Amino acid sequence: MILWWIGDIVLLVVVLPVVVYLLRGVLSAAQSIVPTVRKIAGVAADGSKDLDATALLLTTQDQVTRTVAGVADYGGSLDVILDDA
Amino acid sequence: MPAAGYVMVVAVVLIVLALVYYLVSTIVALRQITAGLDDVIESVGEIVEKSAPVADVVTTINDQLDAGVEMLEALLVKKAGLSDAVGLVDGLYAGAGAAGLRNFPESATLSPPRIGEVYTKGTLTLARLGREAPVATTSPAGPALRDVTAASSSARKLYPDGREYGAETLPRSPVIGTDAPVQYEERDDIGQPRKRLPTSA
Repeated sequence: MILWWIGDIVLLVVVLPVVVYLLRGVLSAAQSIVPTVRKIAGVAADGSKDLDATALLLTTQDQVTRTVAGVADYGGSLDVILDDA
Repeated sequence: MPAAGYVMVVAVVLIVLALVYYLVSTIVALRQITAGLDDVIESVGEIVEKSAPVADVVTTINDQLDAGVEMLEALLVKKAGLSDAVGLVDGLYAGAGAAGLRNFPESATLSPPRIGEVYTKGTLTLARLGREAPVATTSPAGPALRDVTAASSSARKLYPDGREYGAETLPRSPVIGTDAPVQYEERDDIGQPRKRLPTSA
């Protein structure tokens, strides 16, 4: 009978608090991850929106090509009208 | 069953209840994390998709700009010579001559001539006058140095009343040359020792 009571005391005083402590730690860790993941999702979505402007790079590429072509024509004319050193 | 048995049953039930409560709460939190990570993966996938062509486009732009720079450098060196080209660059953009020209590594070792002193600031300004070049401005936010559509207005501002009053009555400038109406005899004392004037005793 004494062993029964000792077992009861161990369960209530040692095992139950340890189980609760460990599970509470796991739960608090998991819950702390949730807002961080939500922030990361928000930042990733904003980053994706920011990259919508990358399509304009094609316009920039075209403009640069035209500008360099114009500079080449201008340089060719200068090469003709100016004497070499 | 003895009383101790009931107490044990109650203790086990409490432990199981604690397990159920905390594990269910943990499962709910993990599901929220999973949903959040799904959103992250979706957005990251969009980022990867949108940024995929950037490298090629930027590389092409850089190639085009490199070609332009090489052409202009070569033209400048061809027309001005390497030394004067470095001096001109250094005169326009102080300190830029130390870096040298990109395709002429030996230009970095040259001591750029001080073109800013040999030529006036106006000459350097003229050198910067591109018809539509952005360098034709005193600053990126300022107006163009040269008004290509009304350049004569600048000179006209010097004489706002037009020709000087009484200009018609002023003597004309003398006509010189072998066909000039008035010929002056050549003096024979030019080049000779200066005549000594009589001094008083």
